[in-house]
Amino acid sequence: MITTDICIIGAGPVGLFAVFEAGLLKMRCHLVDALPQVGGQLSEIYPYKPIYDIPGAPEIKAQELVDNLKKQIAPFAPTFTLGERVETIERQEDKSFIVTTSDHTKIHCKVITIAGGLGCFEPRKPAIEQLEAFEGKGVTYMVKDPELFRDKHIVLAGGGDSALDWTIYLSNVAKSVTLVHRGDTFRGAPDSAEKVFHLAEAGKINLVLKSNIVKINGNGKLNEVLIEGSDKTVTTMATDYLIPLFGLSPKLGPIADWGLNIDKSAISVNTFDYSTNIEGIYAIGDINTYPGKLKLILCGFHESALMAHSAFKHVYPNQRLSFKYTTVNGVNAF
Amino acid sequence: MINITVLNKAGEERELEVPEDMGLNLMEILKANEYNVLATCGGMAMCGTCHVQVLEGMDNLAAHSDAELDMLDTLPDAESNSRLACQLRVDENMHGAVFKLCAEEDVEVA
Ligand SMILES: Cc1cc2nc3c(=O)[nH]c(=O)nc-3n(C[C@H](O)[C@H](O)[C@H](O)COP(=O)(O)OP(=O)(O)OC[C@H]3O[C@@H](n4cnc5c(N)ncnc54)[C@H](O)[C@@H]3O)c2cc1C
Repeated sequence: MITTDICIIGAGPVGLFAVFEAGLLKMRCHLVDALPQVGGQLSEIYPYKPIYDIPGAPEIKAQELVDNLKKQIAPFAPTFTLGERVETIERQEDKSFIVTTSDHTKIHCKVITIAGGLGCFEPRKPAIEQLEAFEGKGVTYMVKDPELFRDKHIVLAGGGDSALDWTIYLSNVAKSVTLVHRGDTFRGAPDSAEKVFHLAEAGKINLVLKSNIVKINGNGKLNEVLIEGSDKTVTTMATDYLIPLFGLSPKLGPIADWGLNIDKSAISVNTFDYSTNIEGIYAIGDINTYPGKLKLILCGFHESALMAHSAFKHVYPNQRLSFKYTTVNGVNAF
Repeated sequence: MINITVLNKAGEERELEVPEDMGLNLMEILKANEYNVLATCGGMAMCGTCHVQVLEGMDNLAAHSDAELDMLDTLPDAESNSRLACQLRVDENMHGAVFKLCAEEDVEVA
């Protein structure tokens, strides 16, 4: 079991900055995110978009802001569980919590800070018969560890950048790679598209264009996909894995079931300290709501600071908080 | 004012009267008419959560931009008549068009 002072659910910009604010007050943080990387909406939806409203940074690319935040919090040595979704939170008799993820990782903490943004980014699923029945049995929506696919037969579906990138990468790892795409052109990064066409010409991958996967079959484990061409003929292809890559879409997910006061998919908080209706649980960033709420990174940063000061009382119930500016103390790492 | 018809995911049809001289896009019109459209990115063709299919009037609409096509490429249910509502500027060419909402709806929790 992982033990920490604050478990932060969501490693978007606001969750990351909360580590800094908590660290200044000597509280340790563990972050959990359903995505395999940190950065939330910034890394997932708009990594290359410039942002203009971060104080002191007249123009900064979203991913650069995330990278800077990672650098800024490094002295406080936060720990991470990535690629796992928080499913349940249980209150213990001593008022601490146990947080459990989709992969059964357990985190024991004194405070929970929900920085879940718009919710979990979940894979967009194509309408393929039987798809969900084979999840975890050959169907996967994320390449967490490419080694899993070594010397296996893989079918990928999709036409965006991640479908192109993983096709290229896995062509060196898997026994066979087939990419199925609805169209006959790719509008992802032009050189990735070019590489994919070259790999197909060289016979290193199978490229099945103007086609859709319509059905999958198997016996306890996936073993074939049925691919329909534009002329409606269906071909069957044997495979070990199917990886549909159609991007991610945010869903509130399990947060709705934790007994928190929810108003229109957001958690109601007290603006005094961004506490929720459950003592010891805070909500900051896009996931919370209060009169006048603005869904801006800046506002989430402000909320992090106030949250940390209140959380201090839960982590150190017998200590008095003597607040000093960071310029007085410096950033005292752990 | 122009008229358009919108079908929600359940197939229920509503005719909307919309101003064509305010520089609005279809996503904003849908939101203003209380359709549950997420529109996470606020209209930048970056999230795909305002996906619609054009059932009638496709030929009168402005062509897709590259950004819109890129996004549509990542939607598993996109068809040849798919558009992102945020990229469709409301003007008189849209009069009489029929749209069907495709994007997953926002989760409403009481
Ligand atoms: C296209 C676009 C442009 C934008 N431009 C700007 C701008 O210029 N300036 C600005 O200030 N804001 C901008 N925003 C808004 C800004 O991105 C958000 O305000 C910000 O990302 C909120 O940060 P967050 O950390 O609260 O949430 P998010 O960035 O949404 O991160 C939340 C994280 O929580 C994770 N999560 C949720 N639930 C769970 C769970 N149960 N278990 C595990 N993980 C979970 C998610 O996977 C996600 O990674 C823009 C947004 C978009 C989409």
